[in-house]
Amino acid sequence: MTPDVFSFRLYIAGDAPNSLQAIANLAQLCETHLPDRHEIEIVDVLLDPKRALEESIFMTPTLVTDSPYPGHRIVGTLSHTEPILQILGLGAAQRRTFAGLKERDSAPQLRRPC
Amino acid sequence: MLKTTKAPTGIAGLDEITGGGLPRGRTTLLAGGSGSGKTILALQFLVNGAQQQGEPGIFVAFEETPARIVDNASTFGWKLDELQQQGQLYFMDAQPAPDLVQSGTFDLSGMLAALGAKAEELGAKRIVFDALDIVLALLSDPAAQRREIYRLHGWLLAHEMTGIVTLKAASDHGAIGQPFGFVQFMVDCAVILNHTLVLGVSQRNLRVQKYRGSSFDENESPFLIGRGGFEVAVSRTLGRGQAEVTNERVSSGVDRLDTMLGGGYYRDASVLITGFPGTAKTTLSGAFAEAACARGERTMFVSFDSDSNEVIRNLGSVGIQLDRFVENGTLHMISARTITGSAETYLVRIKTLAKEHRARCVVVDPVSTLSKTGNELTAHSVAERLIDWSKAEGITLVCTSLLDEMSSQSEAGSPLQISTLADTWIHLNYLVQAGERNRGMSIIKSRGTAHSNQVRELILSDTGITVTDAYTAGGEVLMGTMRWEKESAERHAAEVAAVTARLQNVKLEAEQAELEARIKALEVELAAKVTEKAVLARSAEVHDLEVSLGRDRMRELRGSDVTPEPAGVTR
Repeated sequence: MTPDVFSFRLYIAGDAPNSLQAIANLAQLCETHLPDRHEIEIVDVLLDPKRALEESIFMTPTLVTDSPYPGHRIVGTLSHTEPILQILGLGAAQRRTFAGLKERDSAPQLRRPC
Repeated sequence: MLKTTKAPTGIAGLDEITGGGLPRGRTTLLAGGSGSGKTILALQFLVNGAQQQGEPGIFVAFEETPARIVDNASTFGWKLDELQQQGQLYFMDAQPAPDLVQSGTFDLSGMLAALGAKAEELGAKRIVFDALDIVLALLSDPAAQRREIYRLHGWLLAHEMTGIVTLKAASDHGAIGQPFGFVQFMVDCAVILNHTLVLGVSQRNLRVQKYRGSSFDENESPFLIGRGGFEVAVSRTLGRGQAEVTNERVSSGVDRLDTMLGGGYYRDASVLITGFPGTAKTTLSGAFAEAACARGERTMFVSFDSDSNEVIRNLGSVGIQLDRFVENGTLHMISARTITGSAETYLVRIKTLAKEHRARCVVVDPVSTLSKTGNELTAHSVAERLIDWSKAEGITLVCTSLLDEMSSQSEAGSPLQISTLADTWIHLNYLVQAGERNRGMSIIKSRGTAHSNQVRELILSDTGITVTDAYTAGGEVLMGTMRWEKESAERHAAEVAAVTARLQNVKLEAEQAELEARIKALEVELAAKVTEKAVLARSAEVHDLEVSLGRDRMRELRGSDVTPEPAGVTR
């Protein structure tokens, strides 16, 4: 169900603090949740502004997901990992479902009518 | 430091207010409520820059898609598609995606980098950030917003681009609420647009709030979004826009009136015809229009009272034939009765239409309509500007104005108080006498013209308008039938006097002849007497001679020796 490789493009603006932070945060996220299953391309809009224009990247830093769920954009330093993980299908809800599948018997107690 | 140079907006009015345009290479804030015309003004700035100044521009749209903006602006005839193809205008769609996921802080460097590349490619000199508040709202805190504004400002300065940033104003007075209030302090120029209702009539105003390093007109100026886009109405500032003055005269359409005015109206004059309803104001202005058309001058007749066809028919009844000029295109009749709106709307429509028609003569009948529909406050300045505009364009303007107080016979002035501005003021009124209501016409003033001070009677007939001298008797002005009666009585008296004189003449001649005859007779008699007297004297002499001869003879006969006595003594 989960793809083999997650590929990302991160648009940054030179060595602006928030850009550096985003790079660090993305690296951290990939290491934690997608070890050895990620590809990251970093585009510096100051060096390649045409590309930013073509992609309509107006805010930096912006993370664009290429696969497996292409077209998602996440703006910011990526300091909140939860929304990113949700987009990638790795959110808390999904993780809990996985857990639920394994221990189905004990989980759904809340649903029982009184 | 470099002197501030200005980038003309190409919007008539706005360039005058700002003394030449927006500050070049700096940022201008354009604030206003919803529907106040921010986007149109900003876009027009780019369009005019591209078309008139050869300065390509970029439009960054945060709120609407470029396609929609182009579509909305298509009615203005700006040829946006053409400009885009020529690389004179570029739209950047910078709307944040609705499902944008945000994680942590961000800034606008990406956009600015992209814009920088595009600006370099186009050689752009002008840029508009439309609805910057949309993107600012995404920023988490005021500090971040401020930082991004400064980043934008710095970028504009670095790229030497003239920028407009539009922001929504919370109130109609243009006050930008927090958190964007600081923008007003940062920019070099701030223009506030508002849209208010005055007694139910929509009124749009523009005000330049600040302009660093330049003087500007600080007052609110009404504006209108017309067919060609933005139009700002400005009152002429002192020492500017003096039109050329001419001595040329144009006919008023009534011969006697021309004589009264010393040859007619001046070419660039504004003429005001005031009077109560039915005093032939329209007729007099119609005569002017006819005369102008007959000279081949393009003329526009704006009627607020009646339909164009009605005006033509009604004027036809007094011998003013306008239909032929409408047909050949010299005359443009406009019925403005159906237009509702602010006085500003009227003015701009009149100006636009006159421009389209290339009119040299304009008739506005009646101009007092401007003060209707809740426009009392602005109507006066509109009327002023109407006059200013016509003068600047060298147009002869004839306005009629209704005096609405029937009871008052005073000539205190028209409701708009433009009587002081008009060059020539003709007043028409009624004189009620002996069961008649007659039209009187007087020239109250006519600048630069020796004009008659007499009240004349205006007579309308199916052959046209005539002006006759009113009959003044015993300090009273007589008109209509009374004038006719008086005139006819006078004619009668004159005839009687003439006949009497002739009779007298004949009589005197007869007497003279008689006297002459008598003189002749006496002369004859005198001659007879003289002759008689001479004859008598002669005969006496002869007698004496005879006597003396006889005595000598007798003495001879008697042979007397006595010396004869002198003849006289003897007798």
